Amino acid sequence: MSILVLADHHDGQLAGTTAHVVAAAQEIANAGGGDIDVLVAGEDVAAVAKSAAKLDGVARVRVADHAVYAHQLAEPLGALLVELAGDYSHVLASASTTGKNVMPRLAALKDVSQLSDVIAVESADTFSRPIYAGNAIATVKSDDVLKVLTVRSTGFDAVNGEGSASIEAIDTVVENSQSTFIKEDLAQSDRPELGAAKVVISGGRGMGNGENFKLLDGIADKLGAAIGASRAAVDAGYVPNDMQVGQTGKIVAPDLYIAVGISGAIQHLAGMKDSKVIVAINQDDEAPIFQVADYGLVGDLFQVLPELESKL
Amino acid sequence: MKVLVAVKRVIDYNVKIRVKPDHSDVDLTNVKMAMNPFCEIAVEEAVRLKEKGVATEVVAVTVGPKAAQEQLRTAMALGADRAIHVQTDDKVESLAVAKLLKGVVDEEQPGLVILGKQAIDTDNNQTGQMLAALSGLPQGTFASEVDIQGEKVSVIREIDGGLQTVELSLPAIVTTDLRLNEPRYAKLPDIMKAKKKPLAVKTPEDYGVATASKVSLVKVEAPAERKGGIKVGSVDELVDKLKNEAKVL
Repeated sequence: MSILVLADHHDGQLAGTTAHVVAAAQEIANAGGGDIDVLVAGEDVAAVAKSAAKLDGVARVRVADHAVYAHQLAEPLGALLVELAGDYSHVLASASTTGKNVMPRLAALKDVSQLSDVIAVESADTFSRPIYAGNAIATVKSDDVLKVLTVRSTGFDAVNGEGSASIEAIDTVVENSQSTFIKEDLAQSDRPELGAAKVVISGGRGMGNGENFKLLDGIADKLGAAIGASRAAVDAGYVPNDMQVGQTGKIVAPDLYIAVGISGAIQHLAGMKDSKVIVAINQDDEAPIFQVADYGLVGDLFQVLPELESKL
Repeated sequence: MKVLVAVKRVIDYNVKIRVKPDHSDVDLTNVKMAMNPFCEIAVEEAVRLKEKGVATEVVAVTVGPKAAQEQLRTAMALGADRAIHVQTDDKVESLAVAKLLKGVVDEEQPGLVILGKQAIDTDNNQTGQMLAALSGLPQGTFASEVDIQGEKVSVIREIDGGLQTVELSLPAIVTTDLRLNEPRYAKLPDIMKAKKKPLAVKTPEDYGVATASKVSLVKVEAPAERKGGIKVGSVDELVDKLKNEAKVL
């Protein structure tokens, strides 16, 4: 029994989420034995493979470096995974947009189920995952010969990067005439990645407009925080949608989450209620966000935010 | 071009769910049900394609118990021309739903299939991708824009960090993200008209699909409750608590 982890990467860099997925793979390996391999598929990914080889617990990094895997389109990547899956009992990927895009293809083509957003490993065949926007936790047992999982990275602590796995090239090249990459428009940001930040400060509809989100910048700078948003703020056009925290956006679990002008709808809470400490700043003292906040401050954010910035 | 749109009957997204006391599942008795919000967006997109003259016919399909016909009638009130109900009282997992939908795709030969990106009950985000894999078709998941040009469809996808544009050969599978469109409301006359539109009832056996799954539910629990917090009176007190009590600053 061995385990394959699909590495997440972009712009020639290994994504931090991969170290969390390897941690989940280690828990499965501890429960049932077996080696952990990491698959790096893409174009010009030598540097990614080197980073992956350093992750603790990884036995082997398998590298599929070819133009057909550039941008990790689901059709060729799914076909590659199907080719490789025969060697493994488990195939894991992060529950990122890439993992969510490709893993169900692998599962269907191998005629097995897929378990999404796994947050805990009970044993080699039993896992926990949130359902109903995180309002219930289901424990499920899979009797499929191949377990295909996506892993919620906030559920597992990242492994360290002091290993030295071997790196092997895979020359499997699959055909893809069905899908073509056209372009990518990525939001530019110097701040930490929302999913990995230790501190997150988010604004909601209460911010009033996009310009007012600048009030969060100074605080985010002082705390080294990422800036997030509620769906209401995104829908109102205040900020781009990749900043959205919630059931349909990013799931975060930082040490400190500061919700500013956010009422606390179920769908938003689904994305942040596993944060260690939650602070709510809202002028409505009946807002549902106060039911999950460790510290609540009822007040006008336009007065509170500048004061908070000056006192940090 | 025919467009097939898959819809699912789920608990209304505003309902606060309860876990059964015996932890066997979530309690759905006497709970308000509705069309999954992502499926509403899928129906809306299909109807807009018809209004633009791109789609010639919109067919809505669902898999589920008899009551799920309500959601098919809703889809038809919103503009779908006819509906297919694959009726079963079994709990059907994504893989079996994808196999049943493949059966419908083989029969109907649509040029485009639109699904929601995930259902808000199981939160799986799998069916569209599985259908694409089983049907041998390309997929445009988490779509925030869909543009059909001749034999191709260009899809803007919401990915971590921004947007990605891909071009797919048709037929193709598209799954909707929240920002694809703003679904319309059904008007009363359209709701009345929808009652007369054709609705075909099928069974999983018609498609030769076994709905049994190798994944079993061991238990369902409520998530750990957060212990009640406190309200502070000032920014000074907040900063002090975060530094000295919570020790996160």
